[in-house]
Amino acid sequence: MSWSQRPLRSRLVVVLVGFGSLALASALLAPLVGSTHVSLARALDRSIPFADNPDAQIFFLSRLPRVLTAMVVGAALTTAGVVLQAMFRNPLAAPETLGVSAGAALGAILAIVLGFTASVGPFSPVPAASLGGALAAAVAVYLLASAPRRPLSTTVLLLAGVTLNALISAVILFVQYLSDFTQSFRALRWMVGDLDVGGYVPILAALPLVAVAFGLAARIAAPLNLLTLGGDLAASRGVHVEQTHRVAFLTAALATSAAVSLAGPVAFVGIVVPHLVRLIVGVDNRLVLPASALFGAAFLVGCDLIARTIMPPIEIPVGIITAVIGGPFFLWLLVRNA
Amino acid sequence: MAARPQRLVVTLFLCVGLLLAWSRPAWAGQARVPVPRRIISLVPAITEVLFAIGAGPQVIAVSSYDDDPPEVTKLPKVGALLDPDTERILALRPDLVIVYGSQTTLKEQLAKAGIAWFDYRHAGLGDVFPVFLALGARTGHEAEAARRVADMQARLNAVRARIAGRPHPRTLLVFGREPRTLRTLEASGGIGFLNDMLELAGGRNVFAEVKTQAVRVSTEMLITRAPEVVVELHYGSTMSQIDVAAEQAVWTRVGSVPAVKAGRIHLLFGDHLVVPGPRLVRAVEELARAIHPEAFR
Repeated sequence: MSWSQRPLRSRLVVVLVGFGSLALASALLAPLVGSTHVSLARALDRSIPFADNPDAQIFFLSRLPRVLTAMVVGAALTTAGVVLQAMFRNPLAAPETLGVSAGAALGAILAIVLGFTASVGPFSPVPAASLGGALAAAVAVYLLASAPRRPLSTTVLLLAGVTLNALISAVILFVQYLSDFTQSFRALRWMVGDLDVGGYVPILAALPLVAVAFGLAARIAAPLNLLTLGGDLAASRGVHVEQTHRVAFLTAALATSAAVSLAGPVAFVGIVVPHLVRLIVGVDNRLVLPASALFGAAFLVGCDLIARTIMPPIEIPVGIITAVIGGPFFLWLLVRNA
Repeated sequence: MAARPQRLVVTLFLCVGLLLAWSRPAWAGQARVPVPRRIISLVPAITEVLFAIGAGPQVIAVSSYDDDPPEVTKLPKVGALLDPDTERILALRPDLVIVYGSQTTLKEQLAKAGIAWFDYRHAGLGDVFPVFLALGARTGHEAEAARRVADMQARLNAVRARIAGRPHPRTLLVFGREPRTLRTLEASGGIGFLNDMLELAGGRNVFAEVKTQAVRVSTEMLITRAPEVVVELHYGSTMSQIDVAAEQAVWTRVGSVPAVKAGRIHLLFGDHLVVPGPRLVRAVEELARAIHPEAFR
């Protein structure tokens, strides 16, 4: 019996076990590896006070939060990618498409250039500003795409997102032009992404948004399958097209906002991982969504592991690794399966 | 969005520094020419030097980042490294323009207009005094430049004498990070002006063997390098006492770091900390006081 003929439940079990063990393995192994040697026994030794235990501090303050951040960000960005690619019926759709990432970038850069120092709840100044920018951009795109007495238009949504991206990018360039070199340098460093959040509070702050996004994504997985056939056909099969579009937008906007405000715009994960996963498990979004989230988590943990160990003592930005590793691997799969 | 003046300077280390490590002073080969009366300086550090050696009255315009000494705020602004306003520069009829070594287009335009230029390149601390002397010779203030250099060297020697024989603690010199967290922390690597100042002030750079000017420091690197002293340079801004306490408290996250345990997190403020000009002596003195407080009692 071929893969696509097997019952959904059995395929789902295979996907969850397969990709789940990959994600779990990455989560367990990655914190043990790094530019310095850490003794796990010493790190877990409760008899040494935490303040006097560098092994424990490296493990619990640096590596574990970093791996968890990579998992949350990887899963969130790929989920946004899957949902947007299905909603727009466009393989090029990515978390960046909605303009939400650009909004986050503008928020962060304004915080850097204007020197914001106010924390907002659990968010330190720059992440708080980038979350604000992301949500503002999401609201703007949504309002543009949903004029009164007209159903939400995915075409307008797509074009509004692309246009807002260009517009915000121009504003970012303008702000950078007016700022000085040090600020531009820091802004540039933010734009390449950074998973070293140095603790658990930033992760916990982003987690509720990501959890809501995952919950919404699970609800629209089946309708998204029908939507890929076209709105009219989906409607004739009983899909509430308009509502599905709204939920899909909300899912992608929340997941992207949370991920980007947590770690900056990590490039390429949201577009390459969903396609990779489709080449493996097929196009059924009920499988693609969980598989992508798990694989996205493992993929970003792996890329970050390379980023922080390949050129000691210097670490290179994870966004460079995701593109350098993900791009050729994806092209290879694409050509092989063509 | 106040464009912060001399931050320009620090980033130049980051941008062009590596190129400069081996470059010899470019003014060395320039022919003797008449003393300039109308100088335009596109380099804030050099503007400071010109005023320090008595050539201030000859300066007719400065870069858009200049704000020291206070007199320069009244002078016309003619752009900066990336956006020199060539039209205005030519219209002001200068007879000497101080340019960055990388401003090749501007230099070509000046050459066509028959205007002399002084090629400036940022490098290490050791290159600062030769710049003083070269500018003194070029602007007709040789004696004042020599006197100024001797003063500065005497003050630096006084710092050396105070810290002589004391162990040099492993020091992390931070020049940027996100407020209220230890994220996107940038520190001085083992080359460049900041590293030179740190060594002169009696600190041993924890990134001495990393031959770049800027190191992005992760939490893991912070814990592993275990600095005994942390000095943060905050230029272009000041902070209230409450903010200073809050920014120092951020370091308690990495409690195993000796500097944190010993409460040796020092925040220094001011643009003079990052400008390779006449005020660098004050910067070295402040650094030395932070690293060796017992030597200054």
